[in-house]
Amino acid sequence: MGDAAARTKRTSPGRAGGPHETSAPADAAQRTGETAADEHGWIDAGRPWTRARRSRLRLSARQRLAVGIGVVIALVAYAVAVPIVAGFDERAVDLSASGMPPSWAQPFGTDMAGRDLFVRAAAGLRISLLIAGTCAILSTVLGVLVGVLAGGLGRWVDRIVMRLVDTVNAIPHLLLGIVIVALYRGNVIAIVASITLTHWAPVARLIRSEVLSLRQREFVDAAISGGAGRIWVIRRHFVPAIVPQAVVAAALLLPHAVWHESALSFLGLGLPPHRASLGTLLDEARESLLLGSWWTLVFPSLMLVAATLAIAACGAAWRDHVLPRRRSEELP
Amino acid sequence: MRSVTRADRRRAIGWMVLRRLVMMVPVVALTSVIVFVLAAASPFDPLAGYLGDRYLTAGADEQERLRGTLGLDDPWYAQYGQWVTTLLSGDLGTSRVYGQPVVDVLAERLPWTVLLAGTALALAIVVALCLGVWSAWRHGGMLDRLVAGLAHAVEGIPPFVVALAAIGIFALGLSWFPVAGLTEPGADVTFGQVVTHMALPASVLACSQVPWLLLHVRQSMIAALGEDYVTGARARGLPLPVIVLRHALPTALLPFVTLVGVRLPELVTGAILVESVFSWPGVADAVVRAAVEVDFALLAALTLLAAVAVLLGSLLADVLYAVLDPRVATDG
Repeated sequence: MGDAAARTKRTSPGRAGGPHETSAPADAAQRTGETAADEHGWIDAGRPWTRARRSRLRLSARQRLAVGIGVVIALVAYAVAVPIVAGFDERAVDLSASGMPPSWAQPFGTDMAGRDLFVRAAAGLRISLLIAGTCAILSTVLGVLVGVLAGGLGRWVDRIVMRLVDTVNAIPHLLLGIVIVALYRGNVIAIVASITLTHWAPVARLIRSEVLSLRQREFVDAAISGGAGRIWVIRRHFVPAIVPQAVVAAALLLPHAVWHESALSFLGLGLPPHRASLGTLLDEARESLLLGSWWTLVFPSLMLVAATLAIAACGAAWRDHVLPRRRSEELP
Repeated sequence: MRSVTRADRRRAIGWMVLRRLVMMVPVVALTSVIVFVLAAASPFDPLAGYLGDRYLTAGADEQERLRGTLGLDDPWYAQYGQWVTTLLSGDLGTSRVYGQPVVDVLAERLPWTVLLAGTALALAIVVALCLGVWSAWRHGGMLDRLVAGLAHAVEGIPPFVVALAAIGIFALGLSWFPVAGLTEPGADVTFGQVVTHMALPASVLACSQVPWLLLHVRQSMIAALGEDYVTGARARGLPLPVIVLRHALPTALLPFVTLVGVRLPELVTGAILVESVFSWPGVADAVVRAAVEVDFALLAALTLLAAVAVLLGSLLADVLYAVLDPRVATDG
């Protein structure tokens, strides 16, 4: 098996999906970079059946995106509609129905206070998504501002900003988040600030490197020799190139933010226990699990995992669509 | 031009270590400023932290007097200077939650965290290497797809969900392992006790680290298998195990060293969640308690400790990389 075999393999129609079709819908697929090396695949070349089977079992990028979007829409619909349709407060306690296993009337069962988990998980998902969405947007805006300033102004601004980015990256995000929430306890703003202030740094680094590479381009040189000012160049040439990057970064930050919020609430540092969020539900599951109520753990976890995976899949698929060049590089 | 000798290389690496250590100083200093400014700007009254429960009973004029002696009315930079001076003199303050000096809390709890995190990291590295190499070897086959798919799925599940699921299945369902703690209540700290109690948390923490490492090993292994020298080795008719283990693996392993260093913040994050779920008596569990009770002295010390650990970890990884691979540059 030599080069010739590899070449025929590379051009074979059986691999129409390209080297990026290897993996399940997760952000990590792109982060670990399913790169051109994949095409060498010399070990399985002797087994033609693997290729046929692969093309049958694997989803194309388009299908993956469709599945991801479908799951996200279903989850959002569930989170928005169920609390409204149910017609009662998800905080309503009914001790006579405490710890009921799943049934047709209550598909997710009830928790120790007799609250319907189907409704409560929907309300929790809604709050978690709302907080995460806000955080993803805010930290992207912050990251883009900082990155553009650092890359555009350069010199001492750049040096200070990059030192700050290094510092924020040196403190584990959850730890810094915990410090912030601990000191400003008891409101949603603290949680939003905690997530925003810990997640902007990778975006800033990404945008700065993009700006630095833009600065080398001829059209920027042309604008500057044409007498354009710094602000004009930033507004005219840099911002349009950076917006797609920023939107993708925000989409990819979203699952991180969901994860972070639920971790904080799970540790008892986020939302107060009566406010349903995926994290507080899982925190309650800690206690009720000891009493054998597996459903209090399983359903909120499913919501959390499904939401993060589906959003990550959409983000990754969309990034490949908008920025094909960036596929194998690291994004936040 | 003189060829680079071993002594030159050693000296260059020594300079790199020194340079990186010097660079750490501003980052750690900035971390302390961030933590202190966050605390100074927060609505939390440091006097409440100082007095603890006596805060409510102390009279207004006594509070005023204490404020004066503690310098709480000084501007924040003066207070910061005072705080840093005491920190540098080795006095980390007193932890209110544990009612003992912060140094004692650290001395008591740090070994358990190091034990847990070290075991988990070692376990994760071994599993990731074995499975990663194996699945790259069988790239495209059933096993490879199973492993990669599982890795992507597990990566999407937060560690605290994995931890709760593990408790539910292995501790409550099958009763193989104890639910939480370091020993049985009242039992002595013996080797057997610690091992049975550590099995579950260490596995869960390892589980949260394996997917990312595994996918990277697999990827670099696949890339290495596509290199010319591997094709050459095959052309010479060497047996497959020799090619995979002796030709491809060493090159694929090199970047892995830095990856482990990069992964340290994630390990800290995982440790916080896992220790909290399993009531493991380590420093990460203390972080959560200190945060819930707003114990600033302990929280600040632990944050700085985590930042230093992360920086030292990535320095160690880079040095190891430079020692192992003579092509790696030591400047910058």
